[in-house]
Amino acid sequence: MVHEKIFKEYEEKIPESLISEVKKHVPEKITEAKLKKVLDEVEKEYRYSLAAPGECVGVISAESIGEPGTQMTLNTFHFAGVSEMNVTTGLPRLIEILDGRKTLSSEIMRIHLKKPYSGGKDLDKVVARLKEITLGDLIEEIDTDLVNSKLVLKLDKNQLKKYNVNSQKVINVLNKSVKAFKFELQGNSIEVLAAEGDADIVQLYKLKEKLKDVYVHGVKGIKQVLVVKREDEHVVLCAGSNLKDVMKLDFVDPTRTMTNDIFEIEKHYGIEAARELIVRELMEVIDGQGLNVNVRHIMLVADTMCMNGKVLGINRYGIVKEKSSILARASFETPIKHLVSAGLMGESDALSSVIENVMLNQPVPVGTGLPGLVIKTAKKK
Amino acid sequence: MNNERPIYKYIDSIEFGLESPKMLKSIAKAKIVTPELYDKEGYPVDGGLMDVRLGVIDPGLRCKTDGQKLKESLGHFGYMELARPIIHISFIDVILGVLRSTCRTCGRILIPDDKVDSINAELDKISLDQGLSERTDKIKKIIANLRTINKCPHCSEKQKKISLDKPSTFMEEDRRLSPIEVRARLERVPDEDLSIFGINHLVARPEWMVLTVLPIPPVTVRPSITLESGERSEDDLTHKLGDIVRINQRLFENINAGAPEIIIEDLWDLLQYHVTTFFDNEVAQLPPARHRSGQPLKTLVSRIKSKEGRIRTNLIGKRTNFSARTVISPDPKIDVNEVGVPEGIAMKLTVPERVTEWNMDYLKEFVKKGNKEYPGANYIERPDGKRKRITDEVKEQLLEEIQPGFIIERHLMDGDISLFNRQPSLHRMSMMCHRVKVLPGMTLRLNPAVCEPYNADFDGDEMNLHIPQTEEARAESEILMEVQTQIISPRYGLSTIACIQDSISGNYILTREGFEMSRNEAIDILASAGITNFAKLPKKERVTGKEVFSCVLPDDFNFEGKSRLHKSNPKDPDSIVKIVNGKLITGVLDKANLGGGSGLLLRNLHKKYGRDKIILFLRDLNGLGAEVLMKYGFTSKLSDIDLTLEASKKIEDMKLETEKDVEKLITQYREGKLEQLPGRSMLESLEGKILERLNRLRNSAGELVEAEAKGDTTTMAMVKSGARGNTINLAQMSTIVGQQALRGGRIGKGYRDRSLSCFKKGDLGSNARGFIGRGFKSGLRPDEMFFMAMTGRDSLMDTALRTPKSGYLYRRLANAMQDLKVEYDFSVRDASKKIVQFMYGEDGLDVSKTEGGVINVKSIVESIK
Repeated sequence: MVHEKIFKEYEEKIPESLISEVKKHVPEKITEAKLKKVLDEVEKEYRYSLAAPGECVGVISAESIGEPGTQMTLNTFHFAGVSEMNVTTGLPRLIEILDGRKTLSSEIMRIHLKKPYSGGKDLDKVVARLKEITLGDLIEEIDTDLVNSKLVLKLDKNQLKKYNVNSQKVINVLNKSVKAFKFELQGNSIEVLAAEGDADIVQLYKLKEKLKDVYVHGVKGIKQVLVVKREDEHVVLCAGSNLKDVMKLDFVDPTRTMTNDIFEIEKHYGIEAARELIVRELMEVIDGQGLNVNVRHIMLVADTMCMNGKVLGINRYGIVKEKSSILARASFETPIKHLVSAGLMGESDALSSVIENVMLNQPVPVGTGLPGLVIKTAKKK
Repeated sequence: MNNERPIYKYIDSIEFGLESPKMLKSIAKAKIVTPELYDKEGYPVDGGLMDVRLGVIDPGLRCKTDGQKLKESLGHFGYMELARPIIHISFIDVILGVLRSTCRTCGRILIPDDKVDSINAELDKISLDQGLSERTDKIKKIIANLRTINKCPHCSEKQKKISLDKPSTFMEEDRRLSPIEVRARLERVPDEDLSIFGINHLVARPEWMVLTVLPIPPVTVRPSITLESGERSEDDLTHKLGDIVRINQRLFENINAGAPEIIIEDLWDLLQYHVTTFFDNEVAQLPPARHRSGQPLKTLVSRIKSKEGRIRTNLIGKRTNFSARTVISPDPKIDVNEVGVPEGIAMKLTVPERVTEWNMDYLKEFVKKGNKEYPGANYIERPDGKRKRITDEVKEQLLEEIQPGFIIERHLMDGDISLFNRQPSLHRMSMMCHRVKVLPGMTLRLNPAVCEPYNADFDGDEMNLHIPQTEEARAESEILMEVQTQIISPRYGLSTIACIQDSISGNYILTREGFEMSRNEAIDILASAGITNFAKLPKKERVTGKEVFSCVLPDDFNFEGKSRLHKSNPKDPDSIVKIVNGKLITGVLDKANLGGGSGLLLRNLHKKYGRDKIILFLRDLNGLGAEVLMKYGFTSKLSDIDLTLEASKKIEDMKLETEKDVEKLITQYREGKLEQLPGRSMLESLEGKILERLNRLRNSAGELVEAEAKGDTTTMAMVKSGARGNTINLAQMSTIVGQQALRGGRIGKGYRDRSLSCFKKGDLGSNARGFIGRGFKSGLRPDEMFFMAMTGRDSLMDTALRTPKSGYLYRRLANAMQDLKVEYDFSVRDASKKIVQFMYGEDGLDVSKTEGGVINVKSIVESIK
């Protein structure tokens, strides 16, 4: 760019995004004077558009999310959603995110693939590697042989082939994960005997149920796998989330693979990544409902949730608990608890937030309640 | 007394702590010894619960402590000596923690001396670094660990296990610890050890949690009410206190008489029960104390707690005077920032005006009219604070009294400041400042353009009106809350107050390509819409609608935008809205540019001409739209949705085809040949596929109807302009209502294996599962009507469940974020000045000052050229 120097001058005054906007819109051959004029005008506009000090942006953000919340639907009805994953959307998902819930009602991973695979190569193998296979998926039936007090598991050849597992591996896995029993391969089936002595019936029945859930192959926690075509690449959508193990797979593009589990992201990537994910997930819910909320509000909510260095939910165990003011906490939920513990500790409420001053009929320290007048009085004596 | 004015002081901080028995006694003004309330004359008994030293609730009596009358005396605490110590229920967990982690003989904490300091230091560090709540958590952990220690590190005494037999009995192994013992042990705990329990020994001692003295709240806190029959009905607290005093007296008597231990213990337990329920009547495992009628008493905790408690009803929310509420109705003829107030209300609500030398004659006119004639005045206030009602009898006399310094409360008049509000007040635009316009009638009236922000309609909605009473309040309302300041939504940075309904369809019809009228007609319309700028109309016999519309626009306004047409037909001349020098050159104006929350036309007008002008634009736009419809008529008729024979044939074919496809899917499913979708069961796959197929049918039917319907009907004008309705609604009326969804799927079983008894069992076909393949125009069959009723009920449930859910979410959000504000350095911080964002929204921009969240650089660049 020709006028690099002029742009540099303004870098201090206006944010980067605006400068690049200007670069995009000014004609190539603009004169220096004109460019300056444009930038001055942009600066003026920018300064005018800045939020006024004292503006209670928290309330505005809360309104901007709370008000459209009343227009959201509880259960969305998908007419055309056959080939898509079933995701929680709308108000339930919004509540889930803002609550900071550890267990989600539907965990979803979006796995992007590396080059040859993303074009559609060996997708079957990819799916086989990803999906969590339990023993229950691999066997046709379980026979209970009470005479010899043993179980006979009949393996399903087709399934073994489909998921690329051989029967020896199944044996190995079983011997490793179930300690009290011995597993032996007998042709197409597996015989299960107690490691020592005879197993009683109750034990066998319990084992029967337990065996079905024994993890054999794939990525733990990935319960469903669906390959979809997005633009011109193949993307794998998974129900269930296990970021750490998925990232280890060689065909996965780790730079773009995503999960919707905020706490998993926080654990592996840290608080900033979690904050970004909160913003994205919230935006997706709101856009999905056809509502229009500016990102700034969402960002403020996400920042409030993450400001303590860990993701806190917006409830009495999370953010509200962190408030310094006793009366503010008491006015939200469980007032007695807060008043009692304040009494024990001899806490003092400095009345620095809004709600206590409302209670006491005093001006609130936001907006027009913020500035005071200082009068110069005549000096004494 | 009357001339004294209270000195207002700001409260700087509030400190919390426990009260010691000594302190309670010294605060108290009376010792309460008898459960009797009044003597035979109805005068409060000395030493009774209604003792006049505790304040007065009867007119005519004076408080013996401060000598003041009813409503002047705030009331005073009394006290009561408890015969035996009683455990305070709110502190039960703290007491348990202290008992468990201190030595049963020496009272020291079960931590060796050398560790006490380090733990204290650690706790201080936690409260400094992480906050008080983390400190509390840590303390809980420490106390939990101390439970297992069974030998005192200080005196080597063996420790016994202490458990709490809920609600309030402490057990040491199998022996009961009486409150006397508990108190004795708590007394032994030295001050230095208390900080580890999170108790600040400067304000609280653990033994204070076992009461020996009970404070009696002032009478004014628990006023009795006199029933119509002249009978007195005492407050719940007084009842409870009566019980306590009675049992306490009996306990005293029994102890003095040397009654057997069993009797004393029973009475003691009873006293414990009464004191516990006096504090908290909702303790688990304890039957709540009840009235004779069986309803539980409302005691101290329930007075404070919950939505109906003191905090949320009386401290956070307050009631006002000078307010009105009634049904609303629309009035497109008043300004957007006005509110029509019925005369009856205007004569009740008043504005105080101070008499000066210069306005004395003006204000005297109001007094002359009295309170029954509009515009008059209701009250007159003398400088000494005495208020007098103006009536016809006294007004002559009052008129002579009036001097500068008097305050006259005159009736509401045009132009007065008022606040207008509709619940639920979900965002700041739910309460805006309007100018009063006094009108005949009985309803509050508002311009339909502000329906959107209030979310109001006129099916019986009511709204509230408030009149600010001080200059400060009026100034603040006007500057911060007036309608024109709220036009741009802080949620998305576009206009929320905009054209709706008729004014959109009217302007759409007017600006449509090829719409013409004679010049005279045009002037007619403009004049009746209140627009007088006829000079802008070209001097020719016939003028186009676009030329008429241009009369609203200012001469130096330029704009370019897209209309709704642009999406479907970008080549249509009407798809690009172009305004050059205040003239609409091309384009039709529809919801995309006139409606709320979309398009930049109104946003640009607002930016260029300011908030006060846009109010006038909106009035003109609304007026023009309405007048066009008035002039040319606007009637929806049944034939608007008629289809040509070809089209209906086509749709019939499509229906048949779909029917076949669905049947094919079902046979495939029955034979087990259906392609299974990953992660779905066979049945789910079938359902999904059928839904997809049926939805495709409705969509293509909708498209066909849109293409077929004659474009110039009024119904189509509404749909195309975006004023109301969409193509799906059209298709529903003319051909296919579509699939009725219930709980996120097709309508399933209401009977065994079928939805309604008129179908075969196990029928999975489209009609049997809630697909309605005909339009409203032809009418529905009974089963179809029933399916619709089912979805209707389902959506009612959805709303009924959603409202409280989202309401609670909103409350939590608001509570968590209410203290965040932008500081002078543009960082966002909370009440304790912790930084939330270093720059608000990463660039410091206020959304309500931007155009849809961004600064429009493009238009700036263009304007410089």
